[in-house]
Formats: sequence, C-alpha cells, structure tokens
Amino acid sequence: MDVISRKTITVTVNGESYEREVDARRLLIHFLRDDLDLTGSHIGCDTGNCGACSVLLDGVLVKSCMLLAIQADAAKIETVEGLAENGELTALQQAFSDHHGLQCGYCTPGMLMSATALLRSNEHPNEEEIRRAIQGNICRCTGYVNIVTAIKAAAE
Amino acid sequence: MLLREVEYARPASVQEAVRLLSENDGARALAGGQTLINVMKARAASPDVLIDLIDLDELKGIDLGSDGTVSIGAMVTYSEILDSAEVRARPILAEVCAQIADVQVRNRGTIGGNVCSNDPTNHLPPLMVSLGATMTIVGQEGERSVSAEEFFLGVYMTAAGPGELLTRISVPPGKSDGFASVSIGKDGTCIVNAAASVNGGARVAIGCVDAVPVLLQTESTEDDAVRDAVRAANLDPPSDVHASADYRRHLAEVVAVRAVAQAKAKH
Repeated sequence: MDVISRKTITVTVNGESYEREVDARRLLIHFLRDDLDLTGSHIGCDTGNCGACSVLLDGVLVKSCMLLAIQADAAKIETVEGLAENGELTALQQAFSDHHGLQCGYCTPGMLMSATALLRSNEHPNEEEIRRAIQGNICRCTGYVNIVTAIKAAAE
Repeated sequence: MLLREVEYARPASVQEAVRLLSENDGARALAGGQTLINVMKARAASPDVLIDLIDLDELKGIDLGSDGTVSIGAMVTYSEILDSAEVRARPILAEVCAQIADVQVRNRGTIGGNVCSNDPTNHLPPLMVSLGATMTIVGQEGERSVSAEEFFLGVYMTAAGPGELLTRISVPPGKSDGFASVSIGKDGTCIVNAAASVNGGARVAIGCVDAVPVLLQTESTEDDAVRDAVRAANLDPPSDVHASADYRRHLAEVVAVRAVAQAKAKH
C-alpha cells in the first residue's frame, strides 16, 4: 500500500450518490459545502467546538470539521437538507418554527441534526437528556430555552 | 480552515500500519481525529502523512477476560465504552468517558487517541495510572506491554514511539474508583483532575499539574492523609489564564480528596 494525496471517493448524501476526487487534506465540511454545494451545514468556529457543522455519518452524529472527506469514503451522510421530504418539514423542524427555537439561525442546522440523532435513539427524552444531547452545539442567541422546548414538543 | 497538504493511507493490518509509520518521515497515526485534525488546522501539528487506523480490527472491540480484566481496543470510541456491557466490570471507565466533551466528540474520539496524545489536561492518562492499566504496543520488532505509569513520558509523549502503535489497553477488575475534576465549563477541558482507586490504601493520580500524571500512594484513605500526601508531593503546576500555580496546588488537594471519597463510597 502506498500513501496517496488525492482519491476519488463515493459518498451517499441524503440518498443521492456523489463521486468526486478530493485532496487528502480536504475537510468533510468543505467537501459538503464547496464541492457538493450543500451549504446547509455551517462552519461556525472551525475548531470543533460549536457543532454548527454536525452531520450524521452512517447514522452517527459527528462534527464534519473534524473529519477528512477521504475518511468518509463509502459512507452514508445525512445533512440538514435531507430532513424535510417533498417540502414537508419534519416534526422537529416544525417544532423549532412553532416554538421559536432559533433567532439568527446559524446554529440551527447543527441543532436539528443533534436533536434528530437524539430522537432516533430516545423517542421520549427528558429535559436533562435533551440538554446533554445538544451539549456540543453552541447557540449565542436563544439561551437554549426555546430550543429545548422545541425538541421536547417534537418528542410528544 | 484549510489543512496543510498531507498524504494519507488506510492500512488493512497492524503490520502494514507499523511499516507505513516506520517508513514515512513525518507520519502520524490518525485515530478519531478529534484532537489531531484540530491541531493540524492551527499548524500546531503538521504531519506529512496520516495513517488512518479505522480499518484495523485488532484495535477494535472490548473483551472481558475470565479473571475480570477488561481489554479495550485503542480505536474504541468513548461512546462505545459508554454502551459496553463488558466495561461495567470497571464502572469508572464509562463514568469518566461520559465527562469528555460532547456527543459528537464522544462518537469519534478514541481511548487510544486520548492516551497517545497525552495532553496533560486529558481525562484518561491519570485514570489509566490510578487503575494500573497495561498498554500493549506493537512495533516492527514485535509486541510489548508497558504499565500506564511507564507509558506516559512527557507532554504529548508516550512509550509508543515513532513507528509504533498502541493496540490495546487492559484494565484489571475493580469498583472502588473515583474521578474528580475542576474543568472549564461542564465536561470541558480540565484545570486539575484526579483519579483514585482504593484497595486498602489509595492510589491517586493527579492530572494537569505536571507533564505526566503524578501518582501518590497513601496507606490511609482519610481526607487529611490524602491532603498530606498531595502537599508532600511538592507539586509545581503551570500557571495560565485559567488558574495560577497556587490555585492549581489548592485544587489538586480538593480533587484528590473528592476522588478518594468517591472511591471509598463504592466499596
């Protein structure tokens, strides 16, 4: 086996298959945003703290700024663009709207992915479980209260 | 942030990984990447080649031996430790992993990455020392075992040298363990931490106060005895924006006493 600096990778994002050649140094978040034009996932801090870039990688919640695109070869990725189907919001997205679970909206894609991951593994989380689930997502507007309320409402 | 140009390989066996690490100057093992990728962004680390360990089955899985020893693969994530039935043979392992960062980081970050990066503020180096864990290291000359006390050599330095790979960590059974820390925000970076195991006397390993965990052994587990042991160690911790050296010395006593009290309560 030799070391490589570029590779053609195949990923499935929100059910659609993409094949692209990437540099080994390319971060997954840049691949999603710049190569696939899926700009729903945001870059907030770029240091792995804020969670705005959170996506599901083979069903596992990860921060896509701390992963190389080349590491995601052959993976199934879900981003915020994949949540709504045929223009219809998920119960969680609707709850964020109904309960005003956002202000500027920058953290919202990451919040939605973290909450989606939570609700898949735990249909009826309590408040502590909800707060723990979004621990890796920073919001500088809301104070989190309406975000927690929205996730709780979506679980009911 | 763009990373500096880097090359990449994803070996299929430990032998191949060790060969790649040995043959390429500037090669570094990539585990979960939750530290390494970030320090690469900041250019605090600039490896020329990343050897991705993700396909190495020998570095995965958690086994419970007939004597109660828990053997954890270096590529096991914190989340896998939290979900593992086998790890309940030493409950403190999951209790401490639950305090590391957040869901996303716990889903990718690995036990091997935590100990091999050996940042003095990491949670697991002092825990491994207090538990008396054994590290298995593979190099081109073969396999060897190193005690946790001998594994941590200096800031960011361990006994797993260039061209070598930590493959597994073995933890003996037990339950009288405690862990206490003062951190920057809940589950954040530790300012001072301490892990304790009680078996008659106490083994206490204090983190964040020196290049490697400071191991103290006391015959008595009374608060005053633990405090005296910490004072007698003449700690010389660093000062930074989060805490002065004096304050860290004070916290070292506090978290050591708390960790031992927790361990005693679990008899």
